[in-house]
Amino acid sequence: MSTISLAPRAALKTPPRAALEMPLRVKPILSRLDPRSRVVACLAFAAVVVVCHSLPAAAAALLPAAVLALLAGLQAGPTLRRLLALEGFMILTLFTLPFTMGGPVLFSAGGLDWGLEGTLRAALILTKGTAIALSVMALLGTLELAELGHALARLRLPARFVALFVLAARYVDVLHTEYGRLRLAMRARGFRPRASLHCWCALGHLVGMLVVGSLERAERVHAAMRLRGFDGRLHLLDEHRPGRLDWGFAAVLTVTFVLLAVLDFA
Amino acid sequence: MTQPPLFHLQGVHFAYDGDHKVLTGADFVLRTGEKVALCGANGAGKTTLFHLMVGLVIPQAGSVQAFGAPCRREVDFHPVRARTGLLFQDSDDQLFCPTVIEDVAFGPLNQGHSRAQARAQAVEALALVGLSGFDDRVTHKLSGGQKRLVALATILAMKPQVLLLDEPTNGLDRDARARLMRILDGLPQTLMVISHDDDALAALTTRRVTLENGLLSG
Repeated sequence: MSTISLAPRAALKTPPRAALEMPLRVKPILSRLDPRSRVVACLAFAAVVVVCHSLPAAAAALLPAAVLALLAGLQAGPTLRRLLALEGFMILTLFTLPFTMGGPVLFSAGGLDWGLEGTLRAALILTKGTAIALSVMALLGTLELAELGHALARLRLPARFVALFVLAARYVDVLHTEYGRLRLAMRARGFRPRASLHCWCALGHLVGMLVVGSLERAERVHAAMRLRGFDGRLHLLDEHRPGRLDWGFAAVLTVTFVLLAVLDFA
Repeated sequence: MTQPPLFHLQGVHFAYDGDHKVLTGADFVLRTGEKVALCGANGAGKTTLFHLMVGLVIPQAGSVQAFGAPCRREVDFHPVRARTGLLFQDSDDQLFCPTVIEDVAFGPLNQGHSRAQARAQAVEALALVGLSGFDDRVTHKLSGGQKRLVALATILAMKPQVLLLDEPTNGLDRDARARLMRILDGLPQTLMVISHDDDALAALTTRRVTLENGLLSG
């Protein structure tokens, strides 16, 4: 009887879900937009929200962000989890602000003054962050990484950057499989992670192996690309053109931006 | 008048990092229509010979002539690569685009064909390897056998005259191997195959060359 069972290779092949990817049920309206429109819209929305300096305007920005999330068909559960992760990240800043910004004191406890100024500022940051994160998840998070890469290429981003992005998106999976294979081979020889020098060394070797392996693979991939005439430029096969839906979307967004600006200055 | 050989290597010396000698004065001629098996032990330098032929590495001494022209520098090899298709051992090295059609059209696009022409050549190549309709499949989610066939399509799409196949049947199951063999058997190109699969070599090739101690014989 064999005591070591090796998982089938297919079990290793579950692709690591990229942070930006999200499962979808129906084909939502946002997915019919040209990916370029979505990238530009996302940048514009983020820029407008960032320059808002009043709390009402920032809070109002949550509405279009929520509408985008609905149009993108985002699922409530995963979206909220992601937002919580982001807010958890900001919480330290948010909790120190009320104590450090001064202004009228709302209440005091243990010699610390909770100020109004800082509370408002913390609320502003939280609102802006949530609105932007929601729009990024709606507009970019539902794009396939390759689509995003192509959109960036068509927006005339440097070819090198785009090539790096597309290749990284493609080979993350290969790297992950390789990691899985090596880990499996280690386990098959009785390796169990512990806080010991031997263990740290072994993990070091694993990472080193992955780095060396990736470097060599990169060289082979580059060689294969050169053989097919690659000269640093990626030619794209598909042709997208912004259609009526894109222009309509742009118009609605522009009106939203103007309304937000008016609210901000009011 | 006789045609010049497709490839003519004379006294080729090649070593990695100076002291790891791979080829020590190898001579080799490949003529139009030949089907050659390249044999040799693991690490004998078979893959290196392929890489020398398409200029991925440059010999330290000796000469490489391809399609009648001497090739010394990277630029000399650009036209050679358009006419010589090299199939890599690991298809994951060769397929780097997200979708199948993009990968197969990559070569023709680099050759300067229009998008429509590149797409047409890609579709044709996919049909040739029996993968019509695979256009929008995601390359890294294909099976090993399918990856190998797509990799073959990527080089066939460039319409090469010579095919250099590095362990084409390696790692394929029986069905995938049989399918690949049927396709390879029907290809008109001049062929050179590295393989440890003797049955495959017997079926595909008519001449055997052995690489041993840095020299080619047979």
